[in-house]
Amino acid sequence: MTQPPCAQGLYDPANEHDACGVGFVAHIKGAKSHAIVEQGLQILRNLTHRGAVGADPLAGDGAGILLQIPDALFREELAKQGIKLPAAGQYGVGMVFLPQEPASRFACEYEIERSIKEEGQILLGWRDVPRDNSSLGESVKKIEPVIRQVFVGRGRGVTVTDALERKLYIIRKSSGHAIQALNLAHGKEFYVPSMSARTIVYKGMLLADQVGAYYEDLQDSRVVSALALVHQRFSTNTFPTWDLAHPFRLVAHNGEINTLRGNVNWIRARQGAISSPILGKDLEKLWPLIYDGQSDSASFDNALEMLVMGGYSVSHAMMMMIPEAWESHSLMDTNRRAFYEYHAAMMEPWDGPAAMAFTDGRQIGATLDRNGLRPARYIVTEDDLVIMGSECGCLPIPEEKIVKKWRLQPGKMFLVDLEKGRIIDDKELKDTLADAKPYGEWIDRIRVKLDDVESDRQQPDRSAVSLLDRQQAFGYTQEDLKFLMTPMALNGEEATGSMGNDSPLAVLSDKNKPLYNYFKQLFAQVTNPPIDPIREELVTSLVSFIGPKPNLLGIDELNPPLRLEVNQPVVDFFEMEKIRHIDRYTQGKFKSYELDICYPAAWGNHAIEARLASLCAQAEDAVRSGYSIVIISDRRVNRDQVAIPALLAVSAIHQHLVAKGLRTSTGLVVETGSAREVHHFALLGGYGAEAIHPYLAMETLLDMGKRGLFGADFDSKKAIKNFVKAIGKGLRKVMSKMGISTYMSYTGAQIFEAVGLSRTLIDKYFAGTTSNVEGIGVFEVAEEALRIHRGAFGNDPVLASALEAGGEYAFRVRGEEHMWTPDAIAKLQQSTRSSSFSTFQEYSQIINDQSKRHMTLRGLFEFQLDRCQPVPIEEVEPAAEIVKRFATGAMSLGSISTEAHTNLAIAMNRIGGKSNTGEGGEDRNRYATAKAGETLSSRLGKNQIESDIELKEGDLLKSKIKQVASGRFGVTAEYLASAEQIQIKMAQGAKPGEGGQLPGKKVSEYIAMLRYSTPGVELISPPPHHDIYSIEDLAQLIHDLKNANSRASISVKLVSEIGVGTVAAGVTKAKADHVTISGHDGGTGASPWSSIKHAGTPWELGLAETQQTLVLNRLRGRIVVQADGQMKTGRDVIIGALLGADEFGFATAPLVVSGCIMMRKCHLNTCPVGVATQDPVLRKKFSGKPEHVINFFFFIAEEARALMAQLGIRKFDELIGRSDLLDTRKGIEHWKARGLDFSRIFHQPAIGAEVARYHVEGQDHGLDRALDHRLIELAEPALKRREKVSIDIPVRNINRTVGTMLSGEIARLYGHEGLPDDTIHVRLAGSAGQSFGAFLAHGVTLEIVGDTNDYCGKGLSGGHISVRPSPKFRGESTQNIITGNVVLYGAIAGEAYFSGVAGERFAVRNSGAQTVVEGVGDHACEYMTGGSVVVLGKTGRNFAAGMSGGIAYVLDEDGEFSKYCNLSMVDLEAVLPETEQSNKVSRDIWHMGEADEAILKRLIENHALHTGSKRAQSILDQWATFRSRFVKVFPKEYRRALTELATNSRKVAA
Amino acid sequence: MGKITGFLEHQRLHEASEDKGSRKKHYREFVLHLSDDEAKVQGARCMDCGVPFCMSGCPVNNIIPDFNDLVFKQDWKNAIDTLHSTNNFPEFTGRICPAPCEEACTLRINNDAVGIKSIEHAIIDKAWEQGWVKPRPAAVKTGKRVAVIGSGPAGMANAQQLARAGHAVVVFEKNDRAGGLLRYGIPDFKLEKTHIDRRLEQMGAEGVEFRTNHVVGTAPSGAGNGAPTHLDPTSVLKEFDAVVLAGGAEYPRDLPVPGRDLDGVYFAMEFLPLQNRRVAGDKPPELWASGKHVVVIGGGDTGSDCVGTSNRHGAASVTQIELLPMPPDLKNNPVWPYWPQRLRTSSSHEEGATRDWAIATKRFEGSNGKVEKVVLVRVEWQSGKMVEIAGSEFELKADLILLAMGFVSPAQKLLESFGIERDARGNAKATTEGAQAYVTSVPKVFTAGDMRRGQSLVVWAIREGRQCARAVDEFLMGSSVLPR
Repeated sequence: MTQPPCAQGLYDPANEHDACGVGFVAHIKGAKSHAIVEQGLQILRNLTHRGAVGADPLAGDGAGILLQIPDALFREELAKQGIKLPAAGQYGVGMVFLPQEPASRFACEYEIERSIKEEGQILLGWRDVPRDNSSLGESVKKIEPVIRQVFVGRGRGVTVTDALERKLYIIRKSSGHAIQALNLAHGKEFYVPSMSARTIVYKGMLLADQVGAYYEDLQDSRVVSALALVHQRFSTNTFPTWDLAHPFRLVAHNGEINTLRGNVNWIRARQGAISSPILGKDLEKLWPLIYDGQSDSASFDNALEMLVMGGYSVSHAMMMMIPEAWESHSLMDTNRRAFYEYHAAMMEPWDGPAAMAFTDGRQIGATLDRNGLRPARYIVTEDDLVIMGSECGCLPIPEEKIVKKWRLQPGKMFLVDLEKGRIIDDKELKDTLADAKPYGEWIDRIRVKLDDVESDRQQPDRSAVSLLDRQQAFGYTQEDLKFLMTPMALNGEEATGSMGNDSPLAVLSDKNKPLYNYFKQLFAQVTNPPIDPIREELVTSLVSFIGPKPNLLGIDELNPPLRLEVNQPVVDFFEMEKIRHIDRYTQGKFKSYELDICYPAAWGNHAIEARLASLCAQAEDAVRSGYSIVIISDRRVNRDQVAIPALLAVSAIHQHLVAKGLRTSTGLVVETGSAREVHHFALLGGYGAEAIHPYLAMETLLDMGKRGLFGADFDSKKAIKNFVKAIGKGLRKVMSKMGISTYMSYTGAQIFEAVGLSRTLIDKYFAGTTSNVEGIGVFEVAEEALRIHRGAFGNDPVLASALEAGGEYAFRVRGEEHMWTPDAIAKLQQSTRSSSFSTFQEYSQIINDQSKRHMTLRGLFEFQLDRCQPVPIEEVEPAAEIVKRFATGAMSLGSISTEAHTNLAIAMNRIGGKSNTGEGGEDRNRYATAKAGETLSSRLGKNQIESDIELKEGDLLKSKIKQVASGRFGVTAEYLASAEQIQIKMAQGAKPGEGGQLPGKKVSEYIAMLRYSTPGVELISPPPHHDIYSIEDLAQLIHDLKNANSRASISVKLVSEIGVGTVAAGVTKAKADHVTISGHDGGTGASPWSSIKHAGTPWELGLAETQQTLVLNRLRGRIVVQADGQMKTGRDVIIGALLGADEFGFATAPLVVSGCIMMRKCHLNTCPVGVATQDPVLRKKFSGKPEHVINFFFFIAEEARALMAQLGIRKFDELIGRSDLLDTRKGIEHWKARGLDFSRIFHQPAIGAEVARYHVEGQDHGLDRALDHRLIELAEPALKRREKVSIDIPVRNINRTVGTMLSGEIARLYGHEGLPDDTIHVRLAGSAGQSFGAFLAHGVTLEIVGDTNDYCGKGLSGGHISVRPSPKFRGESTQNIITGNVVLYGAIAGEAYFSGVAGERFAVRNSGAQTVVEGVGDHACEYMTGGSVVVLGKTGRNFAAGMSGGIAYVLDEDGEFSKYCNLSMVDLEAVLPETEQSNKVSRDIWHMGEADEAILKRLIENHALHTGSKRAQSILDQWATFRSRFVKVFPKEYRRALTELATNSRKVAA
Repeated sequence: MGKITGFLEHQRLHEASEDKGSRKKHYREFVLHLSDDEAKVQGARCMDCGVPFCMSGCPVNNIIPDFNDLVFKQDWKNAIDTLHSTNNFPEFTGRICPAPCEEACTLRINNDAVGIKSIEHAIIDKAWEQGWVKPRPAAVKTGKRVAVIGSGPAGMANAQQLARAGHAVVVFEKNDRAGGLLRYGIPDFKLEKTHIDRRLEQMGAEGVEFRTNHVVGTAPSGAGNGAPTHLDPTSVLKEFDAVVLAGGAEYPRDLPVPGRDLDGVYFAMEFLPLQNRRVAGDKPPELWASGKHVVVIGGGDTGSDCVGTSNRHGAASVTQIELLPMPPDLKNNPVWPYWPQRLRTSSSHEEGATRDWAIATKRFEGSNGKVEKVVLVRVEWQSGKMVEIAGSEFELKADLILLAMGFVSPAQKLLESFGIERDARGNAKATTEGAQAYVTSVPKVFTAGDMRRGQSLVVWAIREGRQCARAVDEFLMGSSVLPR
């Protein structure tokens, strides 16, 4: 049996992700039948599209089914072997995967048998599981295990099934450990999918439809079960293994645990402090509970299993592991809050998107993460079936049999108790658990809020060392004060910068950098979503517990330890003094112990290792002797005492205590002078600190205040408060980038990647963190700290009275180096303007020389020219061909001026490259080809252009790449139809994992027109795409876009970080045609400084990892790989190609060519050269010309050609992936850079030459199966002759993206205007698949009887949708769900009517659709910028968060709506009668110029007309009564903009 | 950064100056520094560029955005600290620097530059007024002795830096007063000599010893006044641990045309120093422009100084001619951020002078050994080559001809006496980067300023003096914390 590849080069299997479809069917009364098994398998088949296939079409990513034990089958089958099974429930069955190699197999079986004996149970026998592997692909067969079942009878003393279940658990665990310990080469294939007296799991590396065929048992009618839990996996790689398939023993999971590393660490940390009254001594046999490198789902299952075996009910345990967002949930029942709060200290949330279905064989249920990031729909039938799945319609049930259609809501749980024979809903379930014990009282007794601790407000002992010296001792620069701290102090938030990062990595810098700078923040892309820490703040929490944690398995704990609670982890002077003297203030309940992490500087750098060892030992001793808080402090730093970097000390001590199992017995508080920016706090928390006191930052703020630097009447205390607030906000942002919502689960989660630290350093002090290029060791870390220390206390005259200049954020003499030096910018501009290649070479020389001065990783590479046979340059592919591989970056019209934007487009189109719209739509006047004599202003309108550009005949002004970003601004069917490439921006280099916003004052009339929004109204781009929360969602979006325009290639833009290669493999399997790997340093847009500097990694790493992973997976040939990020010279291009790029993106350099001079003021609208501004006065100064840009790209291509000639390579394709031609530059003398090792970057997977190394083939998008082919055929009269047509057609959940291909055709033929309303009327019946009516064009009506799934009507572009329940369905429309999550996302225009309830995030980012719905989930109308939404039923929480335009009318029958609405950006008003509105309210601020009553009534009438809604009819019947119960949700921004527009138009008129 | 939109709201301000009629009657400075409010407005125009080209355009790399901002905030104390961190003598550069920083200012791409020089001027004047400029003697003496030969801007900057690093510095000056070109080359109306005196006093308090009237090596011809003490290079090398040659580039370019030996034809540097001495109270030889028709040959700054001085003498007419064609009068800087050739009109020109370009001198004519006129010819420049225009010869009446055509090299005898290797132009050979920066071919002898680079700006001299000081400090101590 061959195994998947182990870690090699930059590929690491630990980075694999998966996601999937999940579902179950169960009989509420527990009636077992074979039908349920069959239905389970059918659900699986209908979710096939949520999984993926790899290079081998017969190799699935894994699928499986969990059932109750089929006693009859086993009884009869074992009887054939002469074995008589005890009664059901008195024996257990283990499903065992065994090695093919016979001796290993025997060894494994023997260990199991030993364990059974050891645990006092009885081995009843083995059974070979009958299988038919004829349908499996060859690659799967090669690794197919031998599958056997072991039967275990109960021993003496084991009387009840629960006890047997625990014994089986111990047998499985201990035999597993024993087999691991044998360390057999063939032993790794051993795996036990299940071993239970109640359930059994049949799974494997199978496609969804293979499960039933492969396991013959499943076809056997004797196999009966009252429940079937199924799962279909979508993995990012193509070598999944048998054991990674779901279900696990208790769960099947759709989603991803983002905090896995921290959760696993915390489990390990508890080892020493855990005891179980139920498991007793057996507990010791469990460790290690979770092996390194296990998948998130498997780890979750392991932890859940321990809790269940330790005595918690499965629902109780699930509530501990995936709690609701209770922290700021004002509406939550007090007992339930107390329940969560009590358990919060016992277990950090396992945080991330999750639809988790679980069962112990007696109960089956499901729960959703707190943010509702996965879909889960269920129905209940009159004959007692419950069917839950990722999609509705996955098991077709006649409508008349259904009694309830609903969904799992964020944080909610749903449980079917088969023994009690009924459904227990979330409220009853949780109330029961919450009321079971007096958690509220317990909390009151054990919770000590630091805020409430009385103290004598003691001033801390201030250091005798001057402030300046101490600032210098921690490496403060003037820029820290100016760029980072001042804005935080004044505004309570981090400041913004722009134009990316062009200064060196810490390991390459000649300057002494804090250790923090060696770490890069990780962020979520594709496989899980970032979250929005501002608009969805209600799910985030910074609460932190300092001090001992309670016993995780202490189910009957009588005396739980006290806990010290802080609202957020940054503590000020007084709070720190409280903690320091906590003993005194809490009468000895807590005791703190201070560890001084300074040591005599005279000892030198080699002292650090032993000092750290001693510190760890001291910390251990302190905890053992009962200290409940350890304070790690560097406040004693002075001339003679150097501080060990606090991050290193914290991580070392944290990991030491974890390893000793003592970590949960104490709290770690860091008191450090070094922490001053968000990144520092994030790192300290991420490596284990529960609270941080940045005393020096705070002293600095006091001092700055005293010196009047914040203005005369600015209170320094306010500065500190604002600083703390800003750090808190920043922490939320850093956490949410990774999709993590609570500080508790962020603590110790290590969401970072190191660049420039040696493996030994990492393994010793930051174990589990990735570091791929080696770098400095612990002695160099100390050396750097010592150098900083010497600078502080030396006699440098520059430092005598001032801090170091810095020069990181703006170029400074004596400051940090930058690639963009004044000379480089000047030479680049002059060369391209004067068409001088020789000047350009001077520019390149500056840039490439800088590389030699250690600016980038590639600067340290060199070509292995001695291995090459040069060729004459004439034989090398011409420059005109090479430039076609070039694209300009995604810069939106809005971030840059119209002139700059079109200038790039014209240039790129002339040379056959591609420009990119960026986010924000495109003027359709740019679509037609230019005629002679036209200019930019004649084409786009004089008013739009301040600095004209002459056009040549045949010029194209459009951007060939159309970007689809999270804001979906201007993404219409027409926009998509005009693209040659559609780029899904998952992340951007400057701020991966974050959203953005365009302030109202930048939204000019023109920009508003392009974005289908109101001028002057702020536009928010959310951090996530709300239709991409996982890899299968991305596949769905790719499918949608491909449907909208099958001619366009679909590109996915990713940012380099560890694991990006794996994500790229997933993206390839999701059928993207093109992937962009952006470096961390690129990016032109505005972004918080900490994101510009500290998130993501260089593209050299990401690109090489991508290449290696794709080749290893045999996927590389299917996809085009593009690299971008600070690409500047031909050398950069060649290195990119050698590392695996087919294409190259450039952003900053072409902007510089167009006149940009790196002001880094893009976000201020004051660009003095008219590039990044909308100010007409400044735009007049734009001086760029397409010819300059063309010169630039040809110069780059010429340089590349010259290098190709030297390398002896004639065709560009032959360069790609030839990393063997690269080597590390010889003789690197730089003291830090010396330790770098690029062998992982240069690694080439050992795989046959037949496997493609560059792009050679296309993807199979499977469009031929689309229902739309039929629709297009039937709609021919309409498409060709604009005649009305009417179509009737059935639909199922496997029919995805219905109507989109048709819409693409309409947009291509008729543009955004499309056809007259209702020209094509399609009537459908059934459960429609995802993205029903996506980008539906004007003129198409989709009328469906049945229901729809997620993303219905996304990007609605003028079409009409109506969804009504079947007349046979008897449920109330306001009580039943009819459409899924994220419906009408980014809708532009059109109408949609839903006679039923919608899921979460209804009409998110709607900018123009009119819609009526009879109930919505959480976050409805989020970020909405236009259109009208009518809700005739209940809403979820966080309604209208970030809503800046349009109006929502909500029927508020119980008067509770205001509690559910996020009021930060909207006002709630009454819907006035039309006459009253006319009299009282200025028409200026009327929505669409109409009275609210008129709009509302018309929409409800339409709703009644199109859906036959009884609800609508009854409202209309009693209109006067109901009108007054509607609440108008009126965004403040919208009101302001309407007022301003009216004032302006009056001014113009006057 | 001052104000984000300041550059859109405010126009560049010019320093006020005394009326050109009245200022011609004296030799005092006539340019007033900006008021606090004016300086604030001037500072508000700075955009605090992400890449401050001004800073790289400035030879001493003044941290211009920072002090602009500080002045905007009226934090003058920190402004002078920032300014002094890169420039020992802002009062010199704030008055007489041609301000390459302003040509590099980002606003110069399409607008008027920020008035950086005027801000510098205001800062340092304020600092002197407020008594913020104080001696900064080294806390620890190293016991090392350094000789600096030449007390011009390079020598002064060098000496000050070395003294602050704790070395015992002796500056040798062949003239009776220290200051070099600042003292005797630049007229008082551009730079009053009290500025130099104040600095010398500060440097004295920092431990720098000035030995004026001391000539090291063989005295160059025409140098010195009074009865100088002559020193032998070997004794200097013996007495000191390091020697810095900062003797400037004082050999003027001659004009070897017929009539050159006529009386009334002088080098500018034979003319200008006399006036400075008079202002200083000396009684130098009589050489006046009063009532004369003065022709200044050479269109640069020294020529301009001759114009201003002649006007103050009461010349009958002043004409300044230049060999090269008239440069364009540019609104923007077409070679931004580099130095453009453009028409520059100095305050001396404003005071009255005829300027003409593309003119070559054929000969001087006169009688009784005295010059009376100059014969000139118009020339054309064709792809870098000068061609006389046939038939364009003309004459100008001239009683006093001042040759201001630049300087060709340092005093060779000083270099010869030390045996210093020279480059093709006769300058002391030394690089500015790397381990051998500013090191001459002779052990422990360094060189900086015009003596190394050839004639240049005061601000370049200060830069080299500072950088050379660091090189000397590293040589003496093994490492240095002096900023480059």
